[in-house]
Amino acid sequence: MNVNRVAESLLALSQQEELVDLPKNCPLSENEDEGDSDRERKHQKLLEAISSLDGKNRRKLAERSEASLKVSEFNVSSEGSGEKLVLADLLEPVKTTSSLATVKKQLNRVKSKKVVELPLNKEKIEQIHREVAFGKTSQVLSKWDPIVLKNQQAEQLAFPLGKEQPAIAPIEHALSGWKARTPLEQEIFNLLHKNKQPVTDPLLTPMEKASLRAMSLEEAKMHRAELQRARALQSYYEAKARREKKIKSKKYHKVVKKGKARKASKELEQLQKVNPTVALEELEKFENARMMERMSLKHQNSGKWAKSKAIMAKYDLEARQAMQEQLAKNKELTQKLQVASEIEEEEGGTEEVEELLVPHVVNEVQMNVDGPNPWMLRSCTSDTREAATQEDPEQLPEPATHEVSESEGERPVAEEEISLRDFEERRSLRKRSELNQDAEPAGIQETKDSSSQEVLSELRALSQKLKENHQSRKQKASSEGTVPQVQREEPAPEEEVPLLLQRPERVQTLEELEELGKEDCFQNKELPRPVLEGQQSERTPNNRPDAPKEKKEKEQLIDVQNFLTTQSPSVRSLAVPTTIEELEDEEERDQRQMIKEAFAGDDVIRNFLKEKREAVEASTPKDVDLTLPGWGEWGGVGLKPSTKKRRQFLKAPEGPPRKDKNLPNVIISEKRNIHAAAHQVQVLPYPFTHHRQFERTIQTPVGSTWNTQRAFQKLTTPKVITKPGHIIKPIKAEDVGYRSSSRSDLSVIQWNPKQITTRHSKELKKNSVG
Amino acid sequence: MKVKMLSRNPDNYVRETKLDLQRVPRNYDPTLHPFEVPREYVRALNATKLERVFAKPFLASLDGHRDGVNCLAKHPKNLATILSGACDGEVRIWNLTQRNCIRTIQAHEGFVRGICTRFCGTSFFTVGDDKTVKQWKMDGPGYGEEEEPLHTILGKTVYTGIDHHWKEAVFATCGQQVDIWDEQRTNPICSMTWGFDSISSVKFNPVETFLLGSCASDRNIVLYDMRQATPLKKVILDMRTNTICWNPMEAFIFTAANEDYNLYTFDMRALDTPVMVHMDHVSAVLDVDYSPTGKEFVSASFNKSIRIFPVDKSRSREVYHTKRMQHVICVKWTSDSKYIMCGSDEMNIRLWKANASEKLGVLTSREKAAKDYNQKLKEKFQHYPHIKRIARHRHLPKSIYSQIQEQRIMKEARRRKEVNRIKHSKPGSVPIVSEKKKHIVAVVK
Repeated sequence: MNVNRVAESLLALSQQEELVDLPKNCPLSENEDEGDSDRERKHQKLLEAISSLDGKNRRKLAERSEASLKVSEFNVSSEGSGEKLVLADLLEPVKTTSSLATVKKQLNRVKSKKVVELPLNKEKIEQIHREVAFGKTSQVLSKWDPIVLKNQQAEQLAFPLGKEQPAIAPIEHALSGWKARTPLEQEIFNLLHKNKQPVTDPLLTPMEKASLRAMSLEEAKMHRAELQRARALQSYYEAKARREKKIKSKKYHKVVKKGKARKASKELEQLQKVNPTVALEELEKFENARMMERMSLKHQNSGKWAKSKAIMAKYDLEARQAMQEQLAKNKELTQKLQVASEIEEEEGGTEEVEELLVPHVVNEVQMNVDGPNPWMLRSCTSDTREAATQEDPEQLPEPATHEVSESEGERPVAEEEISLRDFEERRSLRKRSELNQDAEPAGIQETKDSSSQEVLSELRALSQKLKENHQSRKQKASSEGTVPQVQREEPAPEEEVPLLLQRPERVQTLEELEELGKEDCFQNKELPRPVLEGQQSERTPNNRPDAPKEKKEKEQLIDVQNFLTTQSPSVRSLAVPTTIEELEDEEERDQRQMIKEAFAGDDVIRNFLKEKREAVEASTPKDVDLTLPGWGEWGGVGLKPSTKKRRQFLKAPEGPPRKDKNLPNVIISEKRNIHAAAHQVQVLPYPFTHHRQFERTIQTPVGSTWNTQRAFQKLTTPKVITKPGHIIKPIKAEDVGYRSSSRSDLSVIQWNPKQITTRHSKELKKNSVG
Repeated sequence: MKVKMLSRNPDNYVRETKLDLQRVPRNYDPTLHPFEVPREYVRALNATKLERVFAKPFLASLDGHRDGVNCLAKHPKNLATILSGACDGEVRIWNLTQRNCIRTIQAHEGFVRGICTRFCGTSFFTVGDDKTVKQWKMDGPGYGEEEEPLHTILGKTVYTGIDHHWKEAVFATCGQQVDIWDEQRTNPICSMTWGFDSISSVKFNPVETFLLGSCASDRNIVLYDMRQATPLKKVILDMRTNTICWNPMEAFIFTAANEDYNLYTFDMRALDTPVMVHMDHVSAVLDVDYSPTGKEFVSASFNKSIRIFPVDKSRSREVYHTKRMQHVICVKWTSDSKYIMCGSDEMNIRLWKANASEKLGVLTSREKAAKDYNQKLKEKFQHYPHIKRIARHRHLPKSIYSQIQEQRIMKEARRRKEVNRIKHSKPGSVPIVSEKKKHIVAVVK
């Protein structure tokens, strides 16, 4: 661009020079006059000038300096007129006169002819050459920019740059030069040749080649993929089956079985619709199964497992359920399959059959409750049933149990069970008595428990009385609140109301007592309890008046801290005269008033104190857990460092006393540690843009102590690797994948200087035009 | 009774060979290593200290010249061979491994101004004060033969420098003008000139081999294009440039060693601002040479020391000096980038390690890993004040030390004055010139 501009300006300059040429010539002719004539003329001029000084015939006389055909007294010259003579003016009269054709032609030629360019001076030309060359060279050089940038940013540079290909000959070449010499070798070679084993690459037998050729690559791939898929599916299936087989959960298997059965039944239904004969056959199969079941003792609660469950059933809900389920199963299996039409007819009959087949218990319970196994149910919900028995006394438990025992007597049942049942009965009885005990204080059986409870109740009565004396309203209110509830729950005799009233407290005391241990004699407890309670109760009323006092004290304490806000008399020095003091006081008061008015809203000093307190709190060292698990003891998963050790390492070191400890209105920040600052980086180093970035690089460890071997190697790779003893050559275009210029640097040098100049001038022209 | 024992697989803890490392089972959980940063810091500190302890860069001094060593040249194919020319016209060829002189030639009358090897390593060229260019065989003459140059070119003017093309049988000399010679001819095939002052050195670009750079005593650096047989651009600096050197890995970068104690790294496409001004010398810089990796360069100074600069840093990372070393006239970085040679006024050639504390010889893998790790640590913690202080500490001769102080004061005073001038003049009337631009007088197209 620059070059162009320069060239343009040069051209413009030369053109200007041409234009200037013509008018310049006019005044030049003046100077051509001879010396003598000039003098004469001047003299005449002077005379004329003098004569014209009168003013009347003052006339401008122009000197004629051009040759013209007509010599008239009226000068034609342009001088003095103040107007420039233009070529057109001259031509105008010429046009009219035909005799001046030659002159006209000449003038026309002058007008149309192009002027030869003035050659530039040498410096200019050279400069232009240089500029053009520089432009070219920098263009050539700019191809290196990406490479230089890449090398500068490279994580690692390995020198020498050019990769030398190791000259390892392929094995065939090595083999071709080798011949079998010893008999053994020859024998081996013979064998190989017999089998058409290939000696050279590709190492494939003809068979292999043929097979390769037989199947195209894609086909082979597809085939292989299919095979793979099939194999994978099989393996999945196998794995799944194995997994399922291993599952021990009975519930799961049950669910599976049920699912299968449901499926089978569905299929059956389908079959009935589609193919009734086959369905019948299927049904027969079911019938057969039923018969088999009936014959067998399966699901009859007679197996070893069933017996053990029966024992457990009294205590374990699950066992009970299991037994129920088994029985249900039995029932289900032994149920005769019926065609819909037969059901109504044979209803009664089936019942009979059932009665015959199934133990009586089942039926009875069915009558009583909706559940499938009532005697099991009874045991499981004994409490509720007992409640039920209480509610309707006609249905006494005893006959029921009798019945059970009778019915069981019919069947061959182990005697153990009977005894067990007896035991249970007794237990239930006892429970009932316990429940009723509250209602009837003089119980039939006076067990230890009841006696202790009695003692307890007495205790409670005492304490209650004490409390009543104190008349704490709150408690009363609460007790009053509880009374109706309790009454609603149990409509008990009126005598026991006080006892019942105490329920909330009693529970508390009971629990407490239990905690203390029942074996401790109650007498001992008897005394402290009321006393304690009394104390407590005493404290509560006492506390009420106390509380405000304490508050006051606290406030006072705060005021002591906030003594800045109040003017302390002790600050005043005695030496100052009182009058001045008063004056000052007034002034101060005024100022204070002003300040107060100004800062009416915010309590600066309090804020300051708060700030200081926060600062102090922040500066106190906090406990840091510095325990290293596994140091000095066993470590590992699930192991925690002992509390003793933790205590040892949890201590926060006692810091030095704060400098502003005794300066109430100063906060001296001690955050900056001078000793540490000497070791810290003060200014963010150059390539980092944020301090966090820098901190992060520092915090990621490099060493093999904290990194895996691979990571360590990666992190510590040097930026520049050189091989000792290897000459590093300057980078070459071929090294980085550029095509090196084919022409030699020398080729251009054997140049013809003229050619070069013409070439350059051409370029120059191009530049000047463009 | 059955005794139950702990049983372990010996593969987990027994080494296969004696040379294997002991396996150390380790838990890399960072919560278990709360002190990793302090530990690494201490390691870095130790590594830095050890680096200083082991910093013994001086390897050998090659003596034999009977006058100051004026120029040095590397053998392009052989690391062990170097050539040197002295001020009495003597050229010596040295073997670095044996550290002795293997050949001596009385090449010129007067100074040997320049010496360069042919790219193939079979011959070398010298120019001297006796207006001759001589080509010599690298191998010595046979028994009974006389030591004679292959060719001798008698010139019209004194040649002050010579450099050989990196690929072709062309060399360039400088003096009154830059001449480019075909080895086969006795006349230059091209001579380029720009200005009338004598040119002190000329250098071929090793990457784009048709480019040349020269520096003249009228304070300028001129770039030439051999293909187009024309100078390209000229930059005029504050003071004279003694020599220039091209970066062997970055085609457009060169560094100029200036009389004003500084070195200037230029991008030849933008000469109006140097890429970097390297300042640490306290006297004129006489020679400069790039490391073959292109990451660093070494400079020789009149103040009896050599310094190593990273290309992208303005301060040197290393300074070498000995009591006996006088004004260093020429310096070269060996082609394997491991050593530095310098020739000085007091007739000796010295061999230095490029990395002062580097262990020479073959390293085992563990040594190498340790070295890399230490290097990384030093790099990581280099900004920490204590580490920085130790790493930067160098002993300097008193003359250099005091000169540095003096110049610091001078510089500070100048800076203060400038600041004051700016402060007390109409805003904008005193232009703020950056340090880089301060030293550039003009760029001539």
